Amino acid sequence: MRRDAQAVILLLVGGGLLRLAATGDYLNYVKPYALWLIVPAGVLLIVVAAITAWDAWKEHRDPAPDSGDHGHGEPKVAWLLLAPVIGMLLVAPGALGSYEAERTGTAIGAQESQSTYPELPDDVDPVPLTLLDYGSRAVFDDGNTLEGHRIQLRGFILYNGDEPQLARMIVSCCAADARPVKIGFDGDVPEGLEPDQWVEVIGTYSARQSRDEINGELVPYIEVESIDPIESPENEYQ
Amino acid sequence: MPHNEPVSSKTDEAGAKADPSPPRARRRGLTSIEALALLLVFGLTARPGLAELFAQPLAQAWAARFVAVTVQAVPFLVLGTVLSAAIASFVPAGFFHKVVPKRAAFAVPVAGLSGAVLPACECASVPVAGALVRRGVAPAAAFTFMLASPAINPIVVVSTFVAFPGQPQMVGARVAASLAAAIAIGWLWAKLGKTEWLNVPKHRHHDGGKWAAFWSAIRHDFLHAAGYLVIGAAIAATLNTLVPETWLAPIAEHPVLGVLALAILAVLVSICSESDAFVAASLTQFSPTAKLAFMVVGPFVDVKLIAMQSGTFGRRFAARFAPAVFCTALLASVLMGVIWL
Repeated sequence: MRRDAQAVILLLVGGGLLRLAATGDYLNYVKPYALWLIVPAGVLLIVVAAITAWDAWKEHRDPAPDSGDHGHGEPKVAWLLLAPVIGMLLVAPGALGSYEAERTGTAIGAQESQSTYPELPDDVDPVPLTLLDYGSRAVFDDGNTLEGHRIQLRGFILYNGDEPQLARMIVSCCAADARPVKIGFDGDVPEGLEPDQWVEVIGTYSARQSRDEINGELVPYIEVESIDPIESPENEYQ
Repeated sequence: MPHNEPVSSKTDEAGAKADPSPPRARRRGLTSIEALALLLVFGLTARPGLAELFAQPLAQAWAARFVAVTVQAVPFLVLGTVLSAAIASFVPAGFFHKVVPKRAAFAVPVAGLSGAVLPACECASVPVAGALVRRGVAPAAAFTFMLASPAINPIVVVSTFVAFPGQPQMVGARVAASLAAAIAIGWLWAKLGKTEWLNVPKHRHHDGGKWAAFWSAIRHDFLHAAGYLVIGAAIAATLNTLVPETWLAPIAEHPVLGVLALAILAVLVSICSESDAFVAASLTQFSPTAKLAFMVVGPFVDVKLIAMQSGTFGRRFAARFAPAVFCTALLASVLMGVIWL
């Protein structure tokens, strides 16, 4: 691979990272804090690309007599970097959703050892909670802190067989480690919920629980008051 | 429309390979323009085809994972190559001879402990170890550093602590097992390792001064290691997407198979060491020792690392190093699990 081609590849990778940062699409792949990693990395790669291009151009203008430097020992493997560039810029896959969540066990067990759960505020109605928070209060605290509150949850729809459930992907580092938290619906559930549709659920604590067939973990339920479609949030992961 | 895609991707590759280095004065400068133009043409013509191809949920999930692993790893790789380039360009050649103890028996533990100062995951430590070896550090010490750093640095310790609240022994066991295994590998290499297994490309001497050497080293090391990272990311995304989680459940109960299963899972999924504790914590059906094995093996050897190590040190090295490291890490975590957990 020649210098100038290397400069193009570096520019594409760096530019791809900066584009993800600028459009906010990076949230489909990594945690919000990763912005502080990918922006400097993207800028640095573009600087390296510029320096490389400048060197190549200088050499082009007055070739060093015997530098013998072009392409020698340079990594052919770097052409593979075009694959993530195409992935970032052209394919731009969306965040993982129901397809993955239906094939992965619920991650509720990760929270087990918390011993006390702070009381929910009395002056907020309904109380917005994350699925993981609702789920751990329901499973590990028998819903003690949930009783007497209306709860608001936001997530996407997946199907466990015929049964619609609410889910949200938890990501600890990047989307490759995404795991879903699943909540079942108790009571009257509207017909025709589409998988991957984002919804806002308002309801109250239900003592009903079932087990996720994939990993045998508990799936808590919510007594549904309403389920309304919403736009997918900017960061679909939690 | 989908038919455009394979055709133009071939043209792309052909363009990449069509410039070995024939009459160079005339052809120089064409490559980048060719590559850029082809990529543009490829993008414009193939985009609908690509969109169709990746509309499948399976392909979509694969692509999301592949891009995710790459986007997460590239900044750390950049950090690693900047450090390694700085070592190669600015640290005087004699420096490490003075600082690193002469005898491997001492040098290896020192290298292991100094792994704690590089607060990055395993993608950064591979190019740094490569630069250390090129700078004349004994490979045994460099490898110990490479293995220990992603496992015992402060970020990893904190994230493990957060992932296992109320179980500080998990943090202790992880650090102790990782450090012990890394040191054992270093001593093992000092005893049995052969330099001819290593294929570390020498950096050409640069007459443009230190800064020119620095930028050139970043460019070279990054492109090289990132190319291999792409291979590893593709394999990890494939395994992650295709291997169903259900096969884990029946194994989890078994004390021996459970440990082995999570150790192998760590190799396959290639999660970065800063977050593997959270994933380990969520594998609740498994014994603590199995979770420990997941966290000790993962930063030492996984498909992404094997690809990067064979790029940096050569395939002959990786073929020997990976199995040895896997067994050592597994042994260390089982011992630590029996003693401590």
